[in-house]
Amino acid sequence: MFVYILKRVLATIPVMVIVAIFVFLLLRLTPGDPAAILAGDAATPAQLERIRDSLGLNDPLLTQFMTWMGQLARGDLGTSLLSNTSVAGMVGARLGPTINIALMTIVISVLLAVPMGVIAAWRHRTWVDFLVMSFSVLGFSVPVFVIGYILIQIFAIDLRWVPVQGYKAPSEGFGAFFSRAILPSLTLATIYIALIARMTRASMLEVLGEDYIRTARAKGVRENVVLFRHALRNAAVPILTIIGTGFALLISGVVVTESVFNIPGIGRLTVDAILARDYPVIQAMILLTAGIYVMVNLLVDISYSFFDPRIRY
Amino acid sequence: MLTLRSALKTTRGLAAALATGTALMAPSALLAQDGEKTLTAVMHSGLRVLDPVITTAHITRDHAYMIYDVLTAVDENFEPQPQMASWEVSDDGLVYTFTLRDGLLFHDGAPVTSEDVVASLNRWGKRDSGGQLIFDVTASLEATDEKTVVWTLSEPFAPLLDVISKQSAVPPFIMPARIAATSPDETITEYIGSGPFVFNADEYEPGVSVTYEKFDDYVPREEPASWMAGGKVVNVDKVVWTTMPDALTAINALSAGEIDYLEQVQIDLLPILSSNPDVTVEKRDELGYVAVGRPNFLLPPFDNQLIRQAAMAALDQESMLATMQGDPEYYNVCGAIFGCSTPLGSEAGSEDLTGGANIEKAKALLEEAGYDGTPVTLMAPTDVVSLINQPVVAAQALREAGFEVDLQSMDWQSVVQRRAQQNPVSEGGWNLFFTNWMVPEISDPLINVMVNGRGDDAWFGWPTDPEIEELRAAFVAAPDAAAQKEVAEKIQEHVMTNVNYFMMGEYLIPQARRNTIQNMLPSPVPVFWNVTKEAE
Repeated sequence: MFVYILKRVLATIPVMVIVAIFVFLLLRLTPGDPAAILAGDAATPAQLERIRDSLGLNDPLLTQFMTWMGQLARGDLGTSLLSNTSVAGMVGARLGPTINIALMTIVISVLLAVPMGVIAAWRHRTWVDFLVMSFSVLGFSVPVFVIGYILIQIFAIDLRWVPVQGYKAPSEGFGAFFSRAILPSLTLATIYIALIARMTRASMLEVLGEDYIRTARAKGVRENVVLFRHALRNAAVPILTIIGTGFALLISGVVVTESVFNIPGIGRLTVDAILARDYPVIQAMILLTAGIYVMVNLLVDISYSFFDPRIRY
Repeated sequence: MLTLRSALKTTRGLAAALATGTALMAPSALLAQDGEKTLTAVMHSGLRVLDPVITTAHITRDHAYMIYDVLTAVDENFEPQPQMASWEVSDDGLVYTFTLRDGLLFHDGAPVTSEDVVASLNRWGKRDSGGQLIFDVTASLEATDEKTVVWTLSEPFAPLLDVISKQSAVPPFIMPARIAATSPDETITEYIGSGPFVFNADEYEPGVSVTYEKFDDYVPREEPASWMAGGKVVNVDKVVWTTMPDALTAINALSAGEIDYLEQVQIDLLPILSSNPDVTVEKRDELGYVAVGRPNFLLPPFDNQLIRQAAMAALDQESMLATMQGDPEYYNVCGAIFGCSTPLGSEAGSEDLTGGANIEKAKALLEEAGYDGTPVTLMAPTDVVSLINQPVVAAQALREAGFEVDLQSMDWQSVVQRRAQQNPVSEGGWNLFFTNWMVPEISDPLINVMVNGRGDDAWFGWPTDPEIEELRAAFVAAPDAAAQKEVAEKIQEHVMTNVNYFMMGEYLIPQARRNTIQNMLPSPVPVFWNVTKEAE
């Protein structure tokens, strides 16, 4: 197992290098000029040229790339062209809200969706199944910002239970954090509940038809043990894959939800950086996203062996 | 055996737990204040650049007015007034002597000296177009003692005080000399001013939020505040600017009392706020903004004056403004290139723009010019709300007159990059784009970059226009306000004939505040001195 993990971690290095080269070139091919954003509307071409010089944007591409690579090798993500602040600091400040909202979303989704999927499979073709599947279709179909606005209207404006917007870190008090994180998490969870519930149902339906389930029932094993110990464990691999991919998606940023609830997360940082052509920030964000995907996939792969002893690395 | 009932019971338990947790977050706990008077504002954009000299971004200028002070400033009558310094001008108009007032301190406790003023003016003069004109005729700028700055000119420059007192597009903010020694092409890294608020570096998150604290040692002037001049009396402990990318969220937050002030309200969302008795929606000032279109003088078809005139005849301010704003309360048909409510404003020769589209005239002009069907490449940004509609309306109007129009959608960044290209259209060039300015940014011939006629050194579009350059020189040489007004009228007439740009009218963006926020100054720049906040 250790050797397998080591190999997988080492394999990320060429992946990240390829992503870095690709991102760097793609950004330089995209129209846009960070110097123009920095200088504003009234700058003359001569002034822009001088600012480009001072930012190093007039250096040959290879020089710019090697400078960036040198910084990365030293663990330095560079400095924002616009705000002149450390990219690592900016990303660090934005990671907290994104990770916390992602964790809360996944917890809510798993706690609700897995039982829903199991029950839907167990009561296949009954009104319960129909209800769960209807919710799934709804969860997939309604745009996330609409769900967000509806939740804000009901819980923040009409009932005034929670604030409309904003974010507080858990270190500022659990109440302050929870009250602000619950609506965005519920908003995001609607999609993931739909996704995970459908996957759980499909996977469970397949497993519930197996001989060993019939045998377990024939032996008189209690139904909840049949469902959650025998069936769910064997149906877990595709469900875990979906949860893992979902978590990676959440961490790499959910721009619309972050905008609707005014959460200073990774998604908004990335979009703002792209609109301003703030190259160091965009590069750092794409590398980070690639890294998150690689790591989450690795964790998901490792977790398979805990649920299915036949899988060994 | 697991029954449906027990499964539902589990779900209900979870829901109850969530509901209980939520109910614990009662509004009183959520909105608890720490005893300090904090004013929370949502501004028009996130603050990312902190150097007010390197950029003309409005949000950076607004930030600079919080933490820096200026030597002199215009009041609501467009008159320069003493702010950090009073002044005397020699009879020949060549020597300006500024004397700093008592009690001026930087936020690090150091006194403001004339050396700081000289360094700040020098850095500003290398960036600002008006400043460059003054430095072109500057013989010397010296600190003669701790509190005295003597600015000696080689020839008279009558609008000097107007230029250094202007409120927008880079006013000369005064910084400590060591910070002002930074190259004007590099951003400063230390943010210390002598203004009424102190920048809190620890709580600054670029693009997300910025916190200002009252500067206890600031000594306001005794005169009442008026625009950027007068006594900057701070009545709150803290001002927090937070960025909200979603307009509806900002409105909901204001309605719920989570924020105190919203700098810009989208016109189509106004009805939501107008029914809330705790909120006031108002115009911050009557000047507002102008919408403008800029043709490229280097490329056909707009290298031909008759074709530019044809386009001007085809365009119609009313329909463009109505599409942009909807509510006539918030726009103003206006043909004055220096703004309709400014001292130099004149609408002479603008009938083609203000009197509605004249398609027949446009067609006749196109025929006279021998227009060969060269397409007008019109850049249309899709990600800036205030710029989305103009290109679409213009494209339709131009097509009706017989122009071929190639409307190209792109993000604003692509417009910004492409408009700097002088190449033919086939190699990345362009023919027309639209943008907006605040009226104080176009209100005289030295500030308004679109009346610069210096070819490659002019603003994007690059008109080579010796006549307008002569008129601008005459404006500088004009001895008094009446003479300046006379020259400004000639420039207005010239722009309407030569069509240096398309003036597409004025519009206003309302602001909204909780009723607990009072005494906001009417001003083109949103300022947070004078403001009071009462308990809810």
